Amino acid sequence: MTQSAKALLEDYRRLFRDGIWDNNVVMAQMLALCPLLAVTGTATNGLGMGLATTFVMVASGLLVSMFRTIITPEVRIPVFILLIASLVTLVDLVMNAYLYEMHKALGLFIPLIVTNCAILGRAESFASRQPVHRAMVDGLAMGVGFTVILVVLGAVREIPGSGTLFADAHLLLGESFAWMELTLIPDYRGFLLMILPPGAFLALGFILAGKRVLDARLAARTAPAAAPATSS
Amino acid sequence: MTTLAQPTYRKRVGYQATLLGGIALLASAVLVIADLQTRDTIAERRAEDFRRTLEQVLPAQMHDNRPQEDIHTLRTDDGRSLEVYRARQEGRVSGVAFRVQGRGYAGPIHILMGVDAAGEVLGVRVLQHKETPGLGDKIEVNRDPWILSFDGLSFSALPAPRWAVQKDGGPFDQFTGATITPRAVVNAVRDGLTLFHAHQSELLQRAPDAPDEPMPTAIQDSASPEPPMTSPPARNLPEIHP
Repeated sequence: MTQSAKALLEDYRRLFRDGIWDNNVVMAQMLALCPLLAVTGTATNGLGMGLATTFVMVASGLLVSMFRTIITPEVRIPVFILLIASLVTLVDLVMNAYLYEMHKALGLFIPLIVTNCAILGRAESFASRQPVHRAMVDGLAMGVGFTVILVVLGAVREIPGSGTLFADAHLLLGESFAWMELTLIPDYRGFLLMILPPGAFLALGFILAGKRVLDARLAARTAPAAAPATSS
Repeated sequence: MTTLAQPTYRKRVGYQATLLGGIALLASAVLVIADLQTRDTIAERRAEDFRRTLEQVLPAQMHDNRPQEDIHTLRTDDGRSLEVYRARQEGRVSGVAFRVQGRGYAGPIHILMGVDAAGEVLGVRVLQHKETPGLGDKIEVNRDPWILSFDGLSFSALPAPRWAVQKDGGPFDQFTGATITPRAVVNAVRDGLTLFHAHQSELLQRAPDAPDEPMPTAIQDSASPEPPMTSPPARNLPEIHP
């Protein structure tokens, strides 16, 4: 019992490592660039988009995995799209009715989730072949990984772009999160390029290059460390 | 999609069509139910939201009616119709609110403005816009107090030609990095005030006790003769997408 629980935890840990770093939606799979570039003008917007996407990813993992035994390969793509689109519409309606203030801040991003090919990608390559619990954990891990890169890119653009960090977080998360809003550079005149879409491409390029360098360094460090260990 | 061998019936077109149709049916059924369940709440929230915005441009202490239900359809000189929400104090129109539109950096900016009977701006709020986040969105009142700088202004305090941002020689601040957006708002509000003055008598004159009576044809302030107004049709609150 404990053995299998430990194995399960280890499995989940690996799924999270995959989702956040090794196989990150943006940094490794290069998917979901359209919503990424569109909303990351501020870290707050990135966070909002990330949270909404994570929810849809977990739910679509659940649904696709549940239906996986009856879906045939020939019709799988329309079925997946149907499930994801219905889910997004459902989220939109429910949020609009019961979380109106949050919907006003996030509403813009919700229809964009349908265009997020990463969700279809995970449905196709993971959820449709895996048991429900793994599919949901993978959805959560991928969603968290996407949220992280959205917030990082948002922050990288927001700080030089407007001199603030997490501006207007209270509109998204409620008044109790107003402490997150930082003005790093008072009376800053702003660097327009970083806020406009070209700034997103530039910043993303640097982040991707940074990840490559870091991965290469890590590989170089583990390789010599592993070599003497095996020879001795 | 499983690794197990597929049973042969799954290869049939009939199965696939049934599967796709069945899931489509299921999805639509769920969405129909969700729509029916949420429709009234959403309409309520939107109406509430619009009422709150209306309350900000027509302060509660200056009316004893429900302006969101006291709608007058104004026919403007260029043939369009404009819904005007009227605030009344003991039956007399004490102020009106209506929408104006500015041409922003990234599309139209929808604005709701309130004007009192003397032509003084009571308040201006942006209902919907697509301006650059972090730059142009400072026109929203919960991001920046800039929009409050219109409060109390009128053509007698500031003649129409002087309504401009500082860059154009006027008294209104522009935002660093964004001049087009505030310029659009300033122009839209100025045009709104011009419109108010052109139709002032029509907007303020209507008898409260007979709101369905057709309007008298002659309107002194407007240059072109107006067609007789019919009673405004009963309408629901317009959709707002803030």
